[in-house]
Amino acid sequence: MKFFKNEMVVEFFEDKLAVGGLVIFLILSVFALFPSLFSYQNPYDLTQLFLENSFQPPNHNFWLGTDEQGRDVFSAMIYGLRISLYVGLASTVLSVIIGYTLGLISGYYGGWIDTIIMRIADIQLSFPAILIALIIMALWGEGIGKIVIAITIVNWVYYARTARGVVLSEKEKDYAQSAKALGMSNFGIIFGEILPNTTAPIIVIATVRIANAIILEATLSFLGLGVPITQPSLGSLIANGYQVLFSGYWWASVYPGILLMVLIISINLIGDRMRDVMNPRLKR
Amino acid sequence: MALLEVKNLKTYFFTRNGVVKSVDGTSFSIEKGEILGIVGESGAGKSITGFSILGLIDPPGEIVEGEINFDGRDLVKLSQEELQKIRGDEISMIFQDPQTSLNPVITIGEQLMEAILYHKKGVSKKDAYNTCVEILKTVGLPAAQKRMKSYPHQLSGGMKQRVVIAMALLNNPKLLIADEPTTALDVTIQAQILYLMKKLSKEFHSALILITHDIAVVSQLCDKIAVMYAGRIVEYGKKEDVIFNPLHPYTKGLIECLPKLNDDKKRLYQIPGIMPSLLGLPKGCYFKDRCEFADEQCDVYPPQQEIDKRIVFCHKVK
Amino acid sequence: MSQSEVKLLEVKDIEKIFSVKVGTFEKKDLHALNKVNFNIYKGKTLSLVGESGCGKTTVGKVILGLYQATDGKVIFRDKDIAKLEPSRRGDIQKDIQMIFQDPYSSLNPRKKIKTILEQPLKIHTNLTKKERKETILSLCDDVGIDYSYLERYPHQFSGGQRQRIAIARAMILKPELILADEPISALDVSIQAQILNLMMDLQEKFHSTMLFITHDISVVKHISDYIAVMYLGEIVEYASKQELFKEPKHPYTKMLFSTVPDIHTPLATESVLKTGEIQSPIDLPKGCFFQNRCIYKEDSCTMSHPELVDSGNQHLVRCPIVLKQQTID
Repeated sequence: MKFFKNEMVVEFFEDKLAVGGLVIFLILSVFALFPSLFSYQNPYDLTQLFLENSFQPPNHNFWLGTDEQGRDVFSAMIYGLRISLYVGLASTVLSVIIGYTLGLISGYYGGWIDTIIMRIADIQLSFPAILIALIIMALWGEGIGKIVIAITIVNWVYYARTARGVVLSEKEKDYAQSAKALGMSNFGIIFGEILPNTTAPIIVIATVRIANAIILEATLSFLGLGVPITQPSLGSLIANGYQVLFSGYWWASVYPGILLMVLIISINLIGDRMRDVMNPRLKR
Repeated sequence: MALLEVKNLKTYFFTRNGVVKSVDGTSFSIEKGEILGIVGESGAGKSITGFSILGLIDPPGEIVEGEINFDGRDLVKLSQEELQKIRGDEISMIFQDPQTSLNPVITIGEQLMEAILYHKKGVSKKDAYNTCVEILKTVGLPAAQKRMKSYPHQLSGGMKQRVVIAMALLNNPKLLIADEPTTALDVTIQAQILYLMKKLSKEFHSALILITHDIAVVSQLCDKIAVMYAGRIVEYGKKEDVIFNPLHPYTKGLIECLPKLNDDKKRLYQIPGIMPSLLGLPKGCYFKDRCEFADEQCDVYPPQQEIDKRIVFCHKVK
Repeated sequence: MSQSEVKLLEVKDIEKIFSVKVGTFEKKDLHALNKVNFNIYKGKTLSLVGESGCGKTTVGKVILGLYQATDGKVIFRDKDIAKLEPSRRGDIQKDIQMIFQDPYSSLNPRKKIKTILEQPLKIHTNLTKKERKETILSLCDDVGIDYSYLERYPHQFSGGQRQRIAIARAMILKPELILADEPISALDVSIQAQILNLMMDLQEKFHSTMLFITHDISVVKHISDYIAVMYLGEIVEYASKQELFKEPKHPYTKMLFSTVPDIHTPLATESVLKTGEIQSPIDLPKGCFFQNRCIYKEDSCTMSHPELVDSGNQHLVRCPIVLKQQTID
């Protein structure tokens, strides 16, 4: 495993763009993990906001300006980044767990279990993801926990379908057959034997889909159905600033927008490289 | 002059873990209408030798040294465009798995005709069609006209390999390189295909290089044999000499360990050990760790010797 | 067959029918096995020989339990296991182990060698961790695996080494019956002999019984006691090794012998081109299955399906033409 990991890690670092993406992502993660170290004020704490500071353009006190409540845009962005990343990661972890498990079961057992799970997936895929999320959020109302669940419901399908596809070929391989011949339980074969051999595509998709989840959250928040402005994510910051964008206060929405873009690009660069490194078909 | 003369060919792969000397100084030649067998285990460099002749070595691989003189040209010096014109026309290749050498979504007929029309400008579609039907009959495919409209998946493995052979022969190549052409086939079909290849290479006056791990197949088909081990040729000569009077211990072992139909003893002769990794070759003779005759003399790589009408690399052969 | 031979496993009339899709909606039956009968005797090796598609691997998988027979019985220790999945066979399964053809896919790429070897012991024995380790180490000596291999992963080994590991896994429970499905055909020639010798040594040491499945009739001579030649899902010839090699009788067996590459025989001649190909196991002909490739074909061959008949000395042949000639001689 050590050798195998090293091989992949070495290959990953051969691509300068991917390394750049990783560095940016790590820096952003540090910001998101310890927001209070980097920010001028806590944007959640209303006692730290002063209305007389509202709509200040970028200056030496407020590097990226303030919004209509006198909230420092830079501080708000760091806290927003934290929420965006949290929603992206949490919903991805949840959808991997649910989708991966269902996909493994579906592919391994086949028959009516497979039919039920895959038909649900098909139906869901025939609607735009945003529409499903919109409906769920409209019914439930806003909130971080709720948006994580909504994005999970949208995203599990991708993992389920991928996992199912891989299992279909893996379960016919002799190592799985020999485990079966040993009298191993189906549970043991699926999770003990097959699962470790199907992780590569799941990891690749998960990396790419984190970005997707973050965008979905931002979109929902922008539409006012995501997280409340009292706990702003990047999406709600953009939405908030957008209302005053054409009044000349461009900084309140443009800077969060740029940060969101940088975040997504860095994740996608990592994801692309992961796909190159982990896809055995692209390798010689 | 020989049709193909390979001189001191070196094809190296520059990998992350070091330089893999897949082909390390092989020399052989082949005349018109001759059949040369290259035998060796997987990783011995026999396929890479074939790919090098065709100019199909991609990075991190590279032909670092040597000449491949084919019909008055050095193929090593040609550009990819020039090689492209030679491939499939003057030199064709037959691969191990007919499954992957045919396009699954195009009919047999279209694939065959394209092979003609690409290399021969000014041939009418009708002429090309007729040539294709003719060649399918030559390789023994029943109902040739009907088969022109078939897709590869509608044919059995043996039939597909016949189509691949037909495609290789279409432009009447001067040299045919067959890389394990029968390994994926059943024994009875293998015999048919081998017979067919021998017959056709004589009929078409093509030279044939047969690359295989099976020394029995080589002995049935070839005029000359080159035995490769860890990237180098260890014995090279006429079939009768190499098969019936092998000199190199490895060649001897390969022949000895074949199961024989007319032999009653239970245990088989075995060569101990495995071929060394190309990244960790021993000092001196590469075969010494598996050789019963090896001694300190073998710590130096043996020089080329010409003994008994063949070339052999071994200190212990006198 | 002498009286001293004890039946270990009895295969009685097994049939296996797969349903395959032809066209978009239509399904047809594929008769992979048609009433196959044979016995495997304790301590002996039976070889199943035939080309791809003849059903030899299917027989192995039915005995192992990876396929359930459509009909018929497989009797092992007085129990019919033909339709039982491995997990429902209980203790019996411990005594039937398989060596697969492709050592590249039969070992889980994500498991260390020691985990792979330990797994059968964990499932089927109550040995302590220490005892398991001892069992593994002693077996490593037998099959020629270096102790240092145990901490490594399958991809770090060559084909021959992997097959040794696969053999060790099959042997670790000291099974009574070993099913070997083309165990050497994916290996290099110089390694084939090593593995074949190893299997014979181990069989002697552990007194195990073997079903050896192969397409290569030249290998069979060294390892088998009895040989069954299969064609399109049925046995066409069955005899002891000496009998069969003395005088192969069925036209198909003769064809196999004549097409094996051998350095001492020249390449088969023009006649080999007329031998045709195996036909599809869907829509089998009414008469003899081998009729389209047979050089002895008569009109009667297309009429009725021949039975497997003893031609003397327990040499069974499914060809009335051969039997007829024999009585005339």
